[in-house]
Amino acid sequence: MAADGNPGDLRYHAEHDWARIEGDEATFGITWFAQDALGELVHFEPPEEGSTVRGGEPYAEVESVKAVSDVVAPLSGEILEINRALVDAPETVNADPYGDGWIVRVRLSDLAEAESLMDAASYEQFLAEQG
Amino acid sequence: MQTLLRTPLYDRHVAAGARLVPFAGWEMPVQYEGVIPEHLAVRRDCGVFDVSHMGELEVEGPRARELLQALLSNDLDRIGPDQAQYTLLTNDEGGIVDDLIVYERDPERFLLIVNAANRDADFAWLRDREIPGATVRDVSDDYALLAVQGPRSLERLGLSDAPAFTFAEGEIDGVACTVNRTGYTGELGCELLVKEGAGGELWDRVVSRGAVPCGLGARDTLRLEVCYPLHGNDIGPETDAISAGLGWVCALDKEFAGVEELRRIKESGPERKLAAFVMEELGIPRQGMAIAEGGEVTSGSHSPMLERGIGMGYVPAGTAQPGSELTIDLRGRPRRARVVKKPIYSREEQHGG
Repeated sequence: MAADGNPGDLRYHAEHDWARIEGDEATFGITWFAQDALGELVHFEPPEEGSTVRGGEPYAEVESVKAVSDVVAPLSGEILEINRALVDAPETVNADPYGDGWIVRVRLSDLAEAESLMDAASYEQFLAEQG
Repeated sequence: MQTLLRTPLYDRHVAAGARLVPFAGWEMPVQYEGVIPEHLAVRRDCGVFDVSHMGELEVEGPRARELLQALLSNDLDRIGPDQAQYTLLTNDEGGIVDDLIVYERDPERFLLIVNAANRDADFAWLRDREIPGATVRDVSDDYALLAVQGPRSLERLGLSDAPAFTFAEGEIDGVACTVNRTGYTGELGCELLVKEGAGGELWDRVVSRGAVPCGLGARDTLRLEVCYPLHGNDIGPETDAISAGLGWVCALDKEFAGVEELRRIKESGPERKLAAFVMEELGIPRQGMAIAEGGEVTSGSHSPMLERGIGMGYVPAGTAQPGSELTIDLRGRPRRARVVKKPIYSREEQHGG
């Protein structure tokens, strides 16, 4: 099964999460690979509004029929906005993981952290190595 | 590392792009297109499952019936040749060694179709209790088994309807098989028992007649919606049939392993009962989650038909009646659920006839 292609303007975390960094804010989501591995999502457990997230740590949960999975924050910061539409329509993540399926918007607390993330080419290399 | 067993249909699953997972020692398809579309195909039209991993045990001889009557909970005298019966293999404490379907081929030849995970244990259990005049053989490797299920299943296969729990020799487009009017989805359907070497050909015929290939993922959500217990989750050697709501397959007026204990539980009333519930708040219950009122979830999933979380679990008898409120611990978050009458989903009720 071919991926839709991982956008070049995003940064990627090894737990198959992405960040779109714009100044000191970023939008987070899960990658095409992650949603494909999980299958159709049937539940989204959002984080608390205004809570803080730490890079590499879970901040939300998504569930398919068969399994629950933590959603890991690629970067640290404070949650500004949650994509509430996912509570009623979690399958949006499957349909559009890099667009309407975004999960949270965050004010970043450590801009240097972004250096630890992969660009699209590195992430695709990483996926290929995982085989 | 233990090598996983493969059914005769393994190559078909790979070719169809199935996602394969280890299950009870077998490499089995968990899904093809996705659990939800496969589930809906079975509820609305027709799906086909490879269940060749299930075990087939033959019990034959002039005393075969006598042996089975002493070991199985249901009364074999209620059926005759070409009929089948859902029944339990019980231990001396009334616990459930396995749940299975027994097929009476003739008065001295019976076939037991048993859970894949229990095939070896069931065979050993029966062998240890063999009596002169009754022989037990494991013939699982001789057969493939396809479950074809859904409101249009028989029509798609060109089969005329027959009463549930009967079976007959037949063929699908020239492939000979035994057509069992049984299943694990709550829908109309059949299970086709076929010689191992013809399994692939039969699969191709069934699929070309429009049955949607379905994996074990949909098999689990389908059976849970209609509250069929899964051995290893909802029932097992430590649970008894009365508490599990399976008293209807226990002939307490005959003698069989564990019957005295089952009579005692029936008489005094079980302390806990296997209740079915539907989530009233968002979230999906999973096996092992604690129920605040007592007990834990034995099976839990998302229901594609109800589009919410559903499950079963043993709860104190006082909270097992439909309407009782339960609180499920969803990974640290208490969420409300309500006990419902079994089955959770029924074709007749939902579609209004």
